[in-house]
Amino acid sequence: MTAKVITITSGKGGVGKTTNAANIAAALALTGDKVVCIDGDIGLRNLDVVLGLENRIVYDLVDVVEGRCRLAQAMIKDKRIPDFFLIPAAQTRDKSAVSPSDMVNLCDQLRPDFDWIVIDCPAGIERGFRNALAPADLVLVITNPEISAVRDADRIIGLVEAEEKGPAKLILNRVSIDMVKRGDMLAADDVVDLLAIELIGIVPEDPNVLVSSNQGVPVVLNEKTKVGKAFRNIALRIKGEQVPFLDLDEKDNFFGRLGKVFRGANH
Amino acid sequence: MFRKKSTSAGSAKDRLQLVLIQDRTNLSALDLDQLKNEILEVLARYVDIDRRAVNISMEQDGREQRLRADIPLKAATRANRR
Ligand SMILES: Nc1ncnc2c1ncn2[C@@H]1O[C@H](COP(=O)(O)OP(=O)(O)O)[C@@H](O)[C@H]1O
Ligand SMILES: [Mg+2]
Repeated sequence: MTAKVITITSGKGGVGKTTNAANIAAALALTGDKVVCIDGDIGLRNLDVVLGLENRIVYDLVDVVEGRCRLAQAMIKDKRIPDFFLIPAAQTRDKSAVSPSDMVNLCDQLRPDFDWIVIDCPAGIERGFRNALAPADLVLVITNPEISAVRDADRIIGLVEAEEKGPAKLILNRVSIDMVKRGDMLAADDVVDLLAIELIGIVPEDPNVLVSSNQGVPVVLNEKTKVGKAFRNIALRIKGEQVPFLDLDEKDNFFGRLGKVFRGANH
Repeated sequence: MFRKKSTSAGSAKDRLQLVLIQDRTNLSALDLDQLKNEILEVLARYVDIDRRAVNISMEQDGREQRLRADIPLKAATRANRR
């Protein structure tokens, strides 16, 4: 095994980096691969709660880097998904506790034992971003179909290129197909035209994302949701499979289908 | 690029198109106007041009920007030939 490092970034905060990191990492593990995710957001850790692993943290990334524990001691093994691990961020330290070369060294130690290392990047373009970018083999830029998120994504894509870590690939998160149809939300094609990079995922806006993070269960584990399917498809595309984009214009639950039948009957 | 009716998504796209060019080139809309005027001034020292027929614009080509200029030249007449 020689793991590939996937860095999940966005520039703007709150667009869904942590949600995507958690779910894409889990989806890769669900295909049978061995995956470790690293929370790169030192001081504002969140990947632990989104994954529901917050109560099992003993050591963190900074403890590893500063030699207070062995690497294996900082890895929390998920009990629901085989071969799925988290290295949490330190909560009480600042970003300068870790350097880009620390991250490169850490990933080099992990590479022989894993298929994928997924790094959740903090918002912004400072140290935490540089740390997450340094070991990256593949950079995924998350954006929303919204003017300021797209603008910030463009900055990040430029910085990734400048660091010779490109071409980055794009995930468009929180798409509401009804708004797109009304002409009140940028469509995936529009965003791809503007940013001119390859699209690797379209993730719908879905209340199940919040429900899942409330419960600490990644939404990919919910087989019935369209958003879970979107994340599983991204994992397959990362693994080189050709998977068509989901038809978001089709209701994904039983009641949605039922509603369609009734509406159809009225016409 | 232009939608059938003007939608809010359409204006978001049009505005982003301009602002991304400004961000990528580090040229504001005002800088670009000034650049055009200076190009025209230089050109006018050498050739006869009709300013209104000139078209200088910034285009997006993938992630690269291109400054494209279409500058029709007037035929030199005896009076203005140097
Ligand atoms: N596809 C989605 N549908 C609905 N809510 C989402 C979606 N993606 C993210 N969210 C919500 O948006 C908020 C920010 O997401 P998060 O992953 O923490 O962003 P970031 O890590 O970029 O700051 C969270 O409350 C999350 O539940
Ligand atoms: Mg986050």
